Amino acid sequence: MRSGLVAIMQKELKRFFSDRRMVLTTVLLPGLLIYLIYSFMGSAMSSNLTVSSDYTPKIYAWNLTEPLAEVTEAAGLDFEPVSIERMDNIKQEIANKTADLLMVVSVNFDAELAYELGEEVPVAQGSAVGAGEVRAGAVPSISLYYNSTRVESSAVYAQTQAALSAYKEALRPVFTVNAGEEQYNLASEEDTAGFMFASLLPMFLMIFLYSGCLAVAPESIAGEKERGTIATLLVTPLKRWELALGKILSLCIPALLSGASSFVGVMLSLPNLYQLESGGSGAASLLDSSVYGISDYLMLLAVVLSTVVLFVGLISVISAFARTTKEANVMVMPLMMVVMLVAFSAMFQTSSETNFVLYLAPVYNSVQCMVSVFGFTAEPAAIALTVGVNLLVSALCVVVLSRMFESERIIFSK
Amino acid sequence: MSSSYAIEAFGLVKKFKTSKRALARTVHETGTAHVDAEGRIVAVDTLSFMVKRGEIYGLLGPNGAGKTTTMRMLATLIKPTAGDALVAGHSIVDKPEAVRASIGFLTSELKLEDFFTPSYLFDFFSRLHRVEPQVAARRKQQMFRRFGIEDFATTKVSALSTGMRQKASIAISLVHDPDLIIFDEPTNGLDVITARVVTDYLQELRLRGKTIVLSTHIFSLAERLCDRIGVIMDGQMLAEGSLAEIALERSLEEAFFDLYVARHPEEVLL
Repeated sequence: MRSGLVAIMQKELKRFFSDRRMVLTTVLLPGLLIYLIYSFMGSAMSSNLTVSSDYTPKIYAWNLTEPLAEVTEAAGLDFEPVSIERMDNIKQEIANKTADLLMVVSVNFDAELAYELGEEVPVAQGSAVGAGEVRAGAVPSISLYYNSTRVESSAVYAQTQAALSAYKEALRPVFTVNAGEEQYNLASEEDTAGFMFASLLPMFLMIFLYSGCLAVAPESIAGEKERGTIATLLVTPLKRWELALGKILSLCIPALLSGASSFVGVMLSLPNLYQLESGGSGAASLLDSSVYGISDYLMLLAVVLSTVVLFVGLISVISAFARTTKEANVMVMPLMMVVMLVAFSAMFQTSSETNFVLYLAPVYNSVQCMVSVFGFTAEPAAIALTVGVNLLVSALCVVVLSRMFESERIIFSK
Repeated sequence: MSSSYAIEAFGLVKKFKTSKRALARTVHETGTAHVDAEGRIVAVDTLSFMVKRGEIYGLLGPNGAGKTTTMRMLATLIKPTAGDALVAGHSIVDKPEAVRASIGFLTSELKLEDFFTPSYLFDFFSRLHRVEPQVAARRKQQMFRRFGIEDFATTKVSALSTGMRQKASIAISLVHDPDLIIFDEPTNGLDVITARVVTDYLQELRLRGKTIVLSTHIFSLAERLCDRIGVIMDGQMLAEGSLAEIALERSLEEAFFDLYVARHPEEVLL
């Protein structure tokens, strides 16, 4: 390899790796911060939505009949009877979040229920209404008063409702839905993981790879321009393309590390984040990445590497137009938005693109390849096309950057 | 390289496309701007001159005269719009890499990366100039001793004083011991002590047979250092010759102002 190219690459890598602060902020911190933030979000949200196990809910009932009391007790709900005079007070307490639930059972519940079921109408002791007085069409009813903004109240409401619904279905089953013990979801573990990965990871990967490149490329191109150090390189016999290629290739390494750090952070924190959906247990097994084989990983690696080279190339060219690193960071925003939009679109996709022509579109092709690899539908030809297109566009970036290094308007613009 | 000239410039022209805003800024900064029919700024206008081997040649002119643009063209940092120059026998248009390999280009605008040490940068630039490692090591020792930066060789550039930085920058720009040195405004932004070190070194280089082309707007510097002087204004050569030929028993400053008045009579009336 040419000595100038090697010298440039070595200098760039030394610049990065011997700067502890830079390594810390671009490689270690992103992954660590993402892990901590996502894990914290996961545990904070799940603790907000779960009720402490030793909490005894304050639940009251009016006219709780014998059968209903049995049903609710079986569900672990211990209702305190309440007089009709106190009902308004209890409702107020629920509104004030000092009580959790009030159950009000209609006056002739048992009699009306028996009538509805066509059974012999019992004469309840102390009941105000006799058997003969049960009006036809009067539907027995239960009212549950609760407060949806209080977690404990919501939880006990759901529990009560579930117990009552089950009781209702048991009394007169019309039909049932998924009432047995069977495994109804027939998706294989592989499918489940594939679906989860395909909907989430392409977005994460693209965004983190882009931000990894963003962390190093503007500094190296616009920063050198801003500080006047690039002109020092340009007065040496170094060829412009050696400088352009050397910069782009060497920047890929820290960019990749930075992107990988964020990615690892996300992967490790996903089980913590997903506590809220799967109740804390099944998340890890849902996201078991061992469902992928070596060929899947190789294809993914090829796509990731070529995408990083592409991103570094594009960001470098844009940065070369800027006079300062700050300006470069503003100038790369539109590209960032394109990348994010395309990456987000992958979340709503059920399968990868089958039209090969669309694999000629950089960024979009990378996302599609990632979706296909994670969803087990990867076409090696599509992957090859994507890698080829990405490398071709990157080569074009090297040519453009070399030309820009020759332009006095670019190098000496103030 | 058989010619007795280190530099032969033939009708160098440099025009910059510019926006109205940039043009206004140029006029504001330099007080003048030479614009062609297409609205391009003419920074250098058909400039021809020769620099003999072993001499110190000074391009003397006011701000905006086209000195820096000329120096950058000679160093192949920018391409001429028209014309060409042979620098150390190589065309600046056709063989820019060969030109860059044969010259040392220095200016206060060329900065060293703060993060690295002078020692590392000396080695790095030696590699870019393809200097043999043993030669580079010996030269580094000599140069660092000459400029008194031995003790700071492994200190990051960011921690060096401005003077020390400038000296390190000179040493590093000359890693390949070029025969021709192009120096744009050698004492710009330097304190008096460092400026003296630099001018002494330029004289020392001439004694060693090196050719030096420098640009300046400082008359005393041109008087003290230059064997021959080219006076440029508005990108054109107004006078060229030895100090005696140009000054004609006046001071260089007086001679220069006579040339200036002859070219810009309207400004003298004000």
